Amino acid sequence: MSYMTDRKRADRWGSAKSGTQHFWRVKVQSVALLVLIPLFLIAVAPIIGADYAAVTDHFARPLPALIAALTITVSFLHFADGFQVLVEDYVHGIWEKVLIIGMTCLCWGASAVAIFAIARMAL
Amino acid sequence: MADVNRGNRPLSPHLQVYRPQLTSITSILTRITGNALLLSMLMIVCWLIGAASGPDAFAAVDGIVTSWLGILIFALSIWALWYHFLAGIRHLIWDSGVGLDVPTAEKLGWACVIGSGVLWVVTLIALALF
Repeated sequence: MSYMTDRKRADRWGSAKSGTQHFWRVKVQSVALLVLIPLFLIAVAPIIGADYAAVTDHFARPLPALIAALTITVSFLHFADGFQVLVEDYVHGIWEKVLIIGMTCLCWGASAVAIFAIARMAL
Repeated sequence: MADVNRGNRPLSPHLQVYRPQLTSITSILTRITGNALLLSMLMIVCWLIGAASGPDAFAAVDGIVTSWLGILIFALSIWALWYHFLAGIRHLIWDSGVGLDVPTAEKLGWACVIGSGVLWVVTLIALALF
């Protein structure tokens, strides 16, 4: 016979803390990527593997530069949020925090590098 | 609930005795492809910063990107990209509250598997031609 209440058993074990915000953010990113990914495959992917002059000329044009910057930025936001769910499912304790923080920093850093590189060629 | 018997409940499926189904395999593939795409996206970022830094830096990065391993990673990533793309559409359909019964879920699963294969081949041919 236990005197523990339902509330006491459930306390601190709930999964829903800020989940709906995260869910909605990922949903918005995914819809944006449905548009951006085909554009990226048409306007950016074919130039990968070309020579230096062709690549810098390509990103001097506004549309490839904008499509690349947007696709890469939204993709990294999507990576950070998706990876967070992966880690939350399989890793617990200190490594859960280390991996989520590390991946978030990597994603913001990588998008900053990409935007800087594209801006340098575009402007 | 407060005094419920907690010792005699069915256990959740264990990996060792779990019979894989189309729905479970297509679900885990969504997660694997999504996370694996990080590799090729980081390669593209390296390639961009190389191109922005000058001809020497570009040559070094381009050598890695256009090596057989780089091309293999990009070629496989295009399949992963289309698979995750279609699986994402499937999730958007499910999120709207339709297609959640097993026959429809399995049809959508096959749509992801076959659709991603078709789009992969079409994209590889298009990239090889242009």
